[in-house]
This record gives sequence, structure tokens and C-alpha cells, in this order.
Amino acid sequence: MSHHYLLPKISQPGKIGCSLPALDVPPAELPPGDLLRQELELPEVSEVELMRYFIALSKLNYGVDTGFYPLGSCTMKYNPKWHEDIAKLSGFASIHPLQPGESVQGALQLMFELQEYLTEITGMHATSLVPIAGAHGEFGGLLMVKAYHQDRGDKARKKILLTDSSHGTNPASAVMCGFEIGVVASDSEGNVDMKSLESAMDEEVAALTLTMPTTLGLFDPRMLEISELVHERGGLLGADGANLNAFLGRVKFGELGYDYVQLNLHKTFSTPHGGGGPGSGPVCVRENLADFLPSPLVNKNGGTYKFVSPAKSIGRIANFHGNFGVMCKAYAYIRSMGAAGLKEVSEEAVLNANYLKEKLKPYYHLPYDRTCMHEVVFSGRRQKAKGVHTVDVAKRLLDYGLHPPTVYFPLIVDEALMIEPTETESKKTLDAFIEAMKEIARDAEENPEVLHSAPHNTPVKRLDDVRAARNPDLRWEMRSQGVG
Amino acid sequence: MPSPYLPNTDADRRTMLREIGVGSIDELFEDIPEKVRHAEFKLPRPLSELELKKELSQLAGCNANLDNYACFLGAGSYRHFIPSTVEHVIGRSEFYTAYTPYQAEASQGTLQTTYEYQSLVCQLTGMEVSNAGMYDCSTAAAEAAIMACIITKRRKVAVSTTVNPTYRDVIGTYVKGRSLSIETIELGSTLSSDCACLVVQQPNFLGYLEEMEAHAQKAHDIGALFVAIVDPISLGMFKPPGQYGADVAVADGQPLGNPVSFGGPGLGIFACRREYLRQMPGRIVGRTVDVDGRPGYVMTLVTREQYIRRERATSNICTSEALMALAAAVYLATLGRKGLKHVAELCYHKAHYAAKRIAELKGYSLVFSKPFFREFAVRCPVAPSQINRALFNKGIIGGLDISGMIDNAMLLCVTEMNTKQEIDKLVEILRGF
Repeated sequence: MSHHYLLPKISQPGKIGCSLPALDVPPAELPPGDLLRQELELPEVSEVELMRYFIALSKLNYGVDTGFYPLGSCTMKYNPKWHEDIAKLSGFASIHPLQPGESVQGALQLMFELQEYLTEITGMHATSLVPIAGAHGEFGGLLMVKAYHQDRGDKARKKILLTDSSHGTNPASAVMCGFEIGVVASDSEGNVDMKSLESAMDEEVAALTLTMPTTLGLFDPRMLEISELVHERGGLLGADGANLNAFLGRVKFGELGYDYVQLNLHKTFSTPHGGGGPGSGPVCVRENLADFLPSPLVNKNGGTYKFVSPAKSIGRIANFHGNFGVMCKAYAYIRSMGAAGLKEVSEEAVLNANYLKEKLKPYYHLPYDRTCMHEVVFSGRRQKAKGVHTVDVAKRLLDYGLHPPTVYFPLIVDEALMIEPTETESKKTLDAFIEAMKEIARDAEENPEVLHSAPHNTPVKRLDDVRAARNPDLRWEMRSQGVG
Repeated sequence: MPSPYLPNTDADRRTMLREIGVGSIDELFEDIPEKVRHAEFKLPRPLSELELKKELSQLAGCNANLDNYACFLGAGSYRHFIPSTVEHVIGRSEFYTAYTPYQAEASQGTLQTTYEYQSLVCQLTGMEVSNAGMYDCSTAAAEAAIMACIITKRRKVAVSTTVNPTYRDVIGTYVKGRSLSIETIELGSTLSSDCACLVVQQPNFLGYLEEMEAHAQKAHDIGALFVAIVDPISLGMFKPPGQYGADVAVADGQPLGNPVSFGGPGLGIFACRREYLRQMPGRIVGRTVDVDGRPGYVMTLVTREQYIRRERATSNICTSEALMALAAAVYLATLGRKGLKHVAELCYHKAHYAAKRIAELKGYSLVFSKPFFREFAVRCPVAPSQINRALFNKGIIGGLDISGMIDNAMLLCVTEMNTKQEIDKLVEILRGF
């Protein structure tokens, strides 16, 4: 197949992929030669060859537009096409971030209103749109926690508590903010173990980061008690908002007692993931943290919008004011759904997840057999007993033209299969997935080899990760051709 | 009207509820305490695609966009020509609606193009290895500074005063987060021996070219890493960081095929020497083989990453700017060896033409007499804000007002997008002051 070559293979001296204008001013003297480049070894390809190459590669990819993408914790919902068009309008895509404020009032208005909507949706007091991705928003949130305690003269609070089911970014972000990590256990129901929290929640704890619903897809019924305990002991409560799709338009983080939450516009608010970004990770806070928000925010004075910096801002965490192109799409989403529409989103997401849970329960071990929220976590331990692992189940799903769920996360579930259908999938799609999962469960019993050798229908079969890590081949090289 | 994004019918819902064994959707939310389960939301009433497109087009129309205005503003966000190939590739929804390529067999498109991106970045920068991209130049520089602290086991980073002030701020926010310190230094001064790295920008924020070999030497003399912040378009004609001793090279990839888009999404380019590979933040894609021996690509060296290593990860970065990296790869491949050099030269000659003509005007002078690429600082006879207002009224977005740094100075940027006519018009308006 055509994808087995790389750009240097189709490169031939003298080719180019677009036409460029000639110089229309008198040439200037060149700078001293020691500043100049002697060689520039980039491929040379014609436009047609270039397009065929990249289009061939696009066909090897699986996106939400290709089919069902139930990647747990990632909220791979459909991305409305017209939102893409909005972000590409010249008035949004072709404006410079440092243009005078009066020349970008439309963009500032959009940002201001998005701040207001997200503040309302989370039940918080203020929002900064600066963070570029979820982990970046989490980083901003934790820096605010640090600044808040320091501002109060409370120097002992150097620890962040996390649950044992938390995302990997949670501890990594805490370390980037100079915190130590403490881990709170989950109980047999998948909730926060209150005894564990009681004993860990001491005067050294700056905050508890708690994803709600948890990464097990479960809402902790003791949420309000947890919040009370953390605050009673002088800590703050932060949410990794990755799972907001579970109660969008129904529950507010502020009313659950959270001090800050970081959102993922590229999950909950339907903007596409781009194969790993661009995302947008706004951070929303209660009054107590509002002065510390990452700079800048957009403020409205009379009919004029402008950038401002909060009084005690943690400062700049990105070059400009966030991923504006992504904000345009999330804004369009909120405006097209309205409050009632957002509530329907979470209703459908939860309905779809519970339907999958009930239909798959006879075939896969369900470690927490209770009502789930927007996603459900199964364990492949029944199949493991037959020598079939979760990775085999995942790879076999690819043969059905389905994207596998998240696997081996959360870490506290053996052979985890974390399925998040989202609200944009129909019962028909879910039924096809259920049928595939049932057949796979049967093959695990009767024909395990077909699972071990899966996938069979993909452009490549299972790849050798060990070899990739042992002998890293991370780039091609082109030989010198001299100055062109 | 039914929602186009909620495909279940009422009949589907009834069947599903029956299968689940509950009477209503509300019952599925009963784990949530009653008193917080029915929050009120004040949001505008929903509108249709048709209505919103109209409204948002009008809102976009309130902005002075660079398709209608000539632009001489740079300072970290640059308007360059974007060949249509870029949009047609990144507009393929197989690319833009995919997630991070955790399932390699279904993600060879993203993975192979990322490998191309890494290769092209290495070719462009002259560095040995590249990651798959970071948020933007400022965070890439901050992560480079932190990486240098980890490698050298030192706790202080030195940043040149001529580095973009926002980059300096972001580096400061990041290093202070880790309880490390930042020192802003004049490049002529001595570097204290406890510095983990020296960060220098080329061309610098004020537009002129630094003596990178000498600065690299200075960093290496004290056992520090040399971090070069570079401009990717300038590398079409200027010496790449790999040839003047950079240990880490970072850049903003926005100019490579990505629109200015009011500052985001951008792309943080991060490349370094191979010996620091395992300390590098971010995703990395590697080439390997499948069970049949066919070549294929995977995310590799993942034990550096947060989802595997958690608190011992090299960074917290997860979702980044993959689509912008794809755009950069398509851009570099489209322009290729000759095209990128040509674009860089167009910028160079046009910027020099503009600078020469402005310097000839009474009351104007170039602040620096050093070599520059496409940005230069001009001392003006009056406040730059006053000039910018006049320019704007005549359809031109002027340069960045840097009178806070240098009296009455403006930082102008000229790219291949600026025609001779636009430059001449700029000069004529400046002449009026």
C-alpha cells in the first residue's frame, strides 16, 4: 500500500507543492555569511503527489466521523460541521492577538460571553479561558491553590490529595506546581473511602482533586460530605472536569462545593480532538480564587470589552489568551443547545451508558454493579481466566470497524474496559457495539486465537512497542543537497 | 424540532429504560444528592444553525480582519501565506475528529504524519530529535527550562532580557511552580555558575539577530544547557540552532501553516539533542514493525508520560496541538526546500525595504543597526499609539507599541503577505508625522 513510504521517497529536486510570488521590492544586501544557512534539506514534492500522500494517510485513521468511538473519559461526541465553518470566518481566524482592543470587539465579546456561560454552567464565580488543554487548566487551578494558601500565610499546605482512580495528569500537574501527592483510596462501592479521606485530610493538605463523577463513571453519593470535610480542615476542593458530560445542564460544580474546576471544551463542548489537540481547558473558580485566575480575562465596561489581569493573578501560563479557534466552536455549541438542550445531552449520555451496562453485564464482569453516569467500567477478568486479555478484546473490536474503549484505566480495575458512548450515538449504533462485544465474549470462550491475533482488518497488525522503545526510530534524515 | 446531535427517538428511549429496568431517566441520577440535582441555568435560548451562522458572521464582522487590513504586527504571531493544501489535509475529518492515537492500528494516519512532523522539525532546526508538539512557544520554552533543571540538577534558569516578555512571564510562572527560580540577564553580563540553562531568542523579541555561538559557549562553559527560541520561517535562510550549539530548540509553529486566529491554537515546537530524549516532555512517535514485519508507527517512550508514570512524568502534558503539527508538516512539505527559502527571503528583503524607506523619513530611525530578519524596531517622532490610530483609519494595522521598553519605539513586522504597495502606503502615512 501507498503509505509504506515517507516524504523523502517522493521527493525529487526541483519540485514544489505551491506557487509563490516573485520579489516585488529591490533586494537588500544579505547579512554576514556566518549567520546564513548552508543547507536546507526539506522534501521537494509536487502538489498532486503531496495531496495523494496525505489523503492516503488520512484513510488509515479512525475518527468520530468514521464510526463509534467509545473512548472512556475522552467524551468523543460528534463535532458539528458548521462549528468548523464558524472558527474559519475571516473575522475570527484572521485577527491578530495583539491588535488594538477596539478592532477586535467581536472576538472579545465572544470570549466574554463564553466566560459567562461557563461560569453559569459550572455554578462558579469567574472563568479564565487561557488554558490550552485540560491538563493546562488543571495546572492553572493548582497554581491558584498554591497562591491562595500562600496569600493567607498558610505555608504548611504542601500536599495535594488524589483518589486512586484519578487521571495521570492529576498527580503530574500537582508535581509541576511543587506539591507532594497523597492518595485517598476508593471503597468497595467505587466511592471515596471516607476513613481514608479522614486520615489523609490534615493541615498539610492544600486541596483534594476529585473528578466527579469519578473515573469509574460513578457519582459519589457522599459528595457533599466530602466537600464539607475538606473545607472544614482548611483545604480546597478541585475538580478535573473531564466528566462534566455526566451532569451537564443539571448539576453545578459550585453547588457541589468545588472551589475550582477545569473544563475540556474538546470533550464536553463538542469541539474536535484533532488527533491530540487543539483543546481548550478553561478554569472556573469560586469567589475565593477569582483574584488568582491566569491572565488575561475579558471584562465588559459599558458596551466595551477589554483584557484585564486579576489582582493577584498567578500570571501568564500561555503566550496569548487561549485557543480562540476552539472557543468559537464551544460558543456555537452552547448557543445552539441552550439550557434545556445541555440537560438533554447529559440525560442521553447517561441513558446510553446505562443501556450498554445492562446489555453487556451478562458477558463482562462489572466491578461496581450500580447505576452509572456517562460511562461504565467493566473488567476483563472473566476473559482473563481464559487467557484473553483486555487488549485482545480491544484489538478485536477494530476488526468490527469499531474504536475500542479506553483500556487498562482506571488503574484500580483489573483489565479495565472503560466505555463512554456519549449522547450523540443512537441505540442502533449501541446495539451493533453490543453485538460485537457479545461475539467477542463468545470467541474468548470458544475461539481465543482469533482474539490473540487481532486485529486482522486494519492497515497494520499489532505493532512492536518494545522494539519502538528499545531502538527509537523517531525521524527520517535527508542527505545534503547543497543550497538551493 | 428534534436535535441533530441527539439521535435516539422517544421509542428508543422507552425501550432502553425498560431494558435498564427504570421508569424514567431521572431515576438514573439518584446518586446525586436531591438538593443539588435540579440546578437552574440561565443561558440564552437556543438558536438554529441558520440563525447562529448569521449572528456569528455578524459578530466576526465586528473585527478588523487581516484579509481586509494590511498588517505590520508580529511579536509572536505571524501572518504568512497558507497554501490550500494545508486546509484540505487538516480538514479531513479522519484527522481532525480522531483522538490521541492510543490505538495504533486505527491511527496510522495521525502516527505517520506525526513521524513526518518530527522529521521535518529535525531537518528544519538541525536538532537530533523532536517531540510531537506542545501548546505554544512560551510553554515549550518553560518546559525546556524545567528539563534543563532536571538534567543539570540545578535550580535556576537564566533568560535573556531580549526574549519575548510574555515568554519570560510564562517561563517564570512555570519555574516558580516547581519552586525553581528565574533570572533575567543582559546577554553581555556573566552567567552565574548555578544556572541550569541560558535561554536566548533568535531573532530576538526586538527583531535583531543574536550571536548565538557565543551565547551557547557561555552556557556550556558553566555546564548549563543552551535553549534557543527560534523562528521557524527564519530557518529558511538563517543558520539552524543545531549548528550553533543549542541543546534544546523551541519555536512557535503557528507561522507554519496556521492562521493567527487571535492567538490560538498555536503550536510549541520542541526539539533537542538525542541524549536528552528520555527527559523530553510530550508525545513522541516512533517507527516500528507489526507482527508481519510491515512498518508502522506507535507512540513510544511512553514511560516519560503522565498516563503511565503519573507523578514521576516529565510533564503533565496530554492533549496538545496535534492538528497544528499536522498543518506544519503539510506546510513544510508543500513549500519544501526551495519554497521555504523563498518565503524567508521574501520576508527578509521586504522587511529591509520597509526599514530602509522608514529610516529615510525625517524623525524616524532604526533603533538597532544589527542584522534582522522580518521584524525591526523604529524610533518614531511621536507616540506610536498616535501613529497606529492614523494607520488603522487608513486600513493598516501598525506595529507593536514598545514605547514601554524604548522611547517612542514601534516594532514592525513585514512578511511575504505585505505587498510593495502596502509598504509604500505605510511609509507615506508615517511621513505625515
